[in-house]
Amino acid sequence: MNTVIVKYNAGNVQSVLYALERVGFTKDILLTDDPETIKNADKVIFPGVGHAASAMAYLKQKGLDQLLPTLTQPFLGICLGMQLMCSHSQEGDTACLGIFEEKVLGFKSETLKIPQIGWNQITDLKTPLFDKVPEQSYIYLVHGYYAAVGQHTIARTEYIQPYSSALHKDNFYGVQFHPEKSAAVGEQILYNFMTNI
Amino acid sequence: MLTKRIIPCLDIKDGRTVKGVNFESLRDAGDPVELGKFYADQGADELVFLDITATVEKRKTLRELVSKIARHINIPFTVGGGISSVQDGKALLDNGADKTSVNSAAFKRPELISELAEAFGSQCVVLAIDTKKEADGNWYVYLNGGRLKTDILCEDWARKGVELGAGEILLTSMNNDGTKQGFALDITNRLATTLPVPIIASGGGGTVAHFIDVFKNAHADAALAASIFHFREIEIGALKAELAAAGIDVRR
Repeated sequence: MNTVIVKYNAGNVQSVLYALERVGFTKDILLTDDPETIKNADKVIFPGVGHAASAMAYLKQKGLDQLLPTLTQPFLGICLGMQLMCSHSQEGDTACLGIFEEKVLGFKSETLKIPQIGWNQITDLKTPLFDKVPEQSYIYLVHGYYAAVGQHTIARTEYIQPYSSALHKDNFYGVQFHPEKSAAVGEQILYNFMTNI
Repeated sequence: MLTKRIIPCLDIKDGRTVKGVNFESLRDAGDPVELGKFYADQGADELVFLDITATVEKRKTLRELVSKIARHINIPFTVGGGISSVQDGKALLDNGADKTSVNSAAFKRPELISELAEAFGSQCVVLAIDTKKEADGNWYVYLNGGRLKTDILCEDWARKGVELGAGEILLTSMNNDGTKQGFALDITNRLATTLPVPIIASGGGGTVAHFIDVFKNAHADAALAASIFHFREIEIGALKAELAAAGIDVRR
């Protein structure tokens, strides 16, 4: 089995590689932006931290904006990766990949700090991605934009209002939090993606 | 609920933790990776590693250490000490650090903050401020590990740092640091209630009551401490249980 981590101009992929290593996946993990290699991978991880508009521009330049929504193997977007899988992001008024119909909106609050930084909880957990993950588990998040709750929501978190902390449709999964930084809970979720999905 | 964070701080010199650390259960408490992992397993929410190695040739040691920490520790961590350029920050972030912390170098050249924020995003930039309350009742910024006083007020520098793109403020009160008499509630509260970014309170935490105070009364988003954890005067698990009992949301 080979796993590809999509390389683009957004974020810290080293932490994802290390986390996979900690849960026992040390071999056949490739970091690439080559469309053919991505197409032929058994699993695809799409991480990301950064700005939606510049990330989408990079994906377009590489032709990945066309490829990614057509993939059929298990696919996991993380943080900005998940947001880019939605239809549109308010961040830079950016048209995204459209895998999920949900829209990405900016947090607005008079009292709470934006972006949300730290540990919050996930509830209403669905799909085998969350096997052995208890309701109300804590996960680590850093984000100023969120996907609203919709038909593809498989986990919710509450900050200012309830939002989607994970989405699922067919072979596509996305998580708003950082499983690679979410202690044992995050490692379980990565392990689940690698073994159950 | 978004929880309040507990952050142990480890001082690093030449790749080893400094300050006597009293852990019988650890094979090597001088190993930052082993000590960091111990805290992560106890329930620390994040870790801060402050490198106090001055020389340039030791920077490579730090990069290797950061990579080792990232490989073995499953919670976020910040690395600070001697970062004065985007290149310095990139070397640490590329090796797996989640955030960089800047202090004197940013004060001397404030564009450093905007350069780091533009290159990596504000979430990667922690502005560390050492501050001291003087006889005139004002809190002033100090540099170079607290050895050099400036005429700039802490609130002013913190606000400017946020405008330039700092994503969090790590606020250390020199009046309180090392006293174990409690955190500086007034300045922490002032920053926490006026700035749009999280405030990490540091300096003075000696008892569980001090942590309750800084979260409840000074609205800190996180609290950082070193020796009380290193000498096991307070265990992180027990601290969090007591915070929860006091009605403060913490990850357990």
